[in-house]
Amino acid sequence: MARAVTNRQKTINSLAAWAVGLLIFFPILWIFVMSFKAEGDAIKAPLEVLAAPWTLENYGVVQERSDYSRHFVNSVILAFGSTLLGLLVAVPAAWAMAFVPSKRTKDILLWMLSTKMLPAVGVLYPIYLLFIQLGLLDSRAGLVVVLMLINLPIIVWMLYTYFKEIPGEILEAARMDGATLHEEILYVLTPMAIPGMASTVLLNVILAWNEAFWTLNLTAAKAAPLTAFIASYSSPEGLFYAKLSAASTMAIAPILIMGWFSQKQLVRGLTFGAVK
Amino acid sequence: MGQIQLNQVSKSFGSVEVIPPLDLTIEDGEFVVFVGPSGCGKSTLLRLIAGLEDVTGGHVTIDGQDATEVAPAKRGLAMVFQSYALYPHMSVRKNIAFPLRMAGLDKAEQDRSVAQAAEVLNLTDYLDRRPGQLSGGQRQRVAIGRAIVREPAAFLFDEPLSNLDAALRVGMRLEISELHKRLKTTMIYVTHDQVEAMTMADKIVVLQAGVIEQVGSPLELYQRPRNTFVAGFIGSPKMNLIQGPGAEKHGAATIGIRPEHIDINENEGLWQGTVGVSEHLGSDTFFHVQCNASHEPLTVRATGEMALEYGAEVHLTPRTEHLHKFDVKGLRME
Repeated sequence: MARAVTNRQKTINSLAAWAVGLLIFFPILWIFVMSFKAEGDAIKAPLEVLAAPWTLENYGVVQERSDYSRHFVNSVILAFGSTLLGLLVAVPAAWAMAFVPSKRTKDILLWMLSTKMLPAVGVLYPIYLLFIQLGLLDSRAGLVVVLMLINLPIIVWMLYTYFKEIPGEILEAARMDGATLHEEILYVLTPMAIPGMASTVLLNVILAWNEAFWTLNLTAAKAAPLTAFIASYSSPEGLFYAKLSAASTMAIAPILIMGWFSQKQLVRGLTFGAVK
Repeated sequence: MGQIQLNQVSKSFGSVEVIPPLDLTIEDGEFVVFVGPSGCGKSTLLRLIAGLEDVTGGHVTIDGQDATEVAPAKRGLAMVFQSYALYPHMSVRKNIAFPLRMAGLDKAEQDRSVAQAAEVLNLTDYLDRRPGQLSGGQRQRVAIGRAIVREPAAFLFDEPLSNLDAALRVGMRLEISELHKRLKTTMIYVTHDQVEAMTMADKIVVLQAGVIEQVGSPLELYQRPRNTFVAGFIGSPKMNLIQGPGAEKHGAATIGIRPEHIDINENEGLWQGTVGVSEHLGSDTFFHVQCNASHEPLTVRATGEMALEYGAEVHLTPRTEHLHKFDVKGLRME
């Protein structure tokens, strides 16, 4: 017998889903609301906050005090730069693991993922020293490399799972047809893997965009992305809630909008190729 | 030209030897079928010839040249895969032109060859479609088209019809045979379907566990199987193999008799038995008879008109001139 799902159950389920969704979305909504309130009103009780008059004042102040566009450009360069550089390294790596696996391939994949379990702060000191010695502190190039390395395991994993879905016979056919390894990857593998690559790029751009530990610790002014832009409004003293909210809204809005329009690819990316 | 020679070719995966050293010569223009049960190494053997797998030992020679270390594309062979292996993101035209594009031919030459191949294979109207918009038979034809344009020294087919439905399979079988007659190019065809082997081959290579059991023309294999394995594998329905006293009477460990070489009669005969299931095909009827000569029921072929009830008592008489005798090792005696 098929499982009976009554209308009442369906209603309960969707109510529960909405509740969880709202719970996750609420902080973002509240930041958004606070960003349109005066500093004095923003710290009142929730209902009073809602009742307080709306104002655009915070956005004006934030725009005046710091250079949003420079931070924005840095964020774009870091997020896309690190992702594209990662792709360049990860495509051949994932190709090798998916199509010419060895006995240790699974171990290598797990080992790569295990680096994500390391607390970032554990390697802050060595990396910081390296950056000083190489003169990379507060440089976009240095940060692109670090962000790329941080996200590389995820990029390789995702591409690996997508490549695994491509039948090996098609690549063998290309080989029989006279394609060199380079041509095989360029003309056959890549076009077939484009949906998977798109989700990979998207997810990793978002991860890099939101990355706050390294971007805050390795930048000062020149290479500072939007995370630093937000952090500059967090202060132990004084009233900065509304301005902090305005800065946060400005920082997350671009990536939120991008995510909204690419939900389908993102879901595919997040399920790591488990759902076809 | 497309003469292919295997010289002591062997293949192991790790410590597992899937193909012990074997020798085989495929003459230019021959249609050779590798047949055997699944896992017998026939596809691996084909892939060794193609160069998609490296040999563990021995040499592959194509037209007198040692090709053992030559890359697949440089061997001048074209392969048609079981899954068709078409490029899903390219149109039919681009799929067929792909090997020419890789060979660096100019656009006009590519178009001419594609048009020619499309005409031969009735694909002209489908050239701008994607593989996903084609039926199974059409996809298979595209795969063949992609092989033809290369004008290869030999075609390699890896179970190309096993994904098609029965009716289409018969049609494609004829098309491939027709193609062979027209092109006169060497073809090596792998299948587990002995009907395909019998109907298409000039020469059949029967494989079991990586070992060649027999090489010969379809009729040679049918009439003079070298051992019990070939005897049981070639022919449908299978040859009846009888062991024990019934065989000893003929001085053999095993005797074999094909279903069409047993006379069935309600009144008298050499063996007595009871009719089990009958299969009426219209043209023929196959009776499965449990009889005193064998533990296993014997299959008997009779005319389509003959009808016997389930459980009917019958007599069977094998035609001795068609009896196959095998020794203790299962090898043909004579």
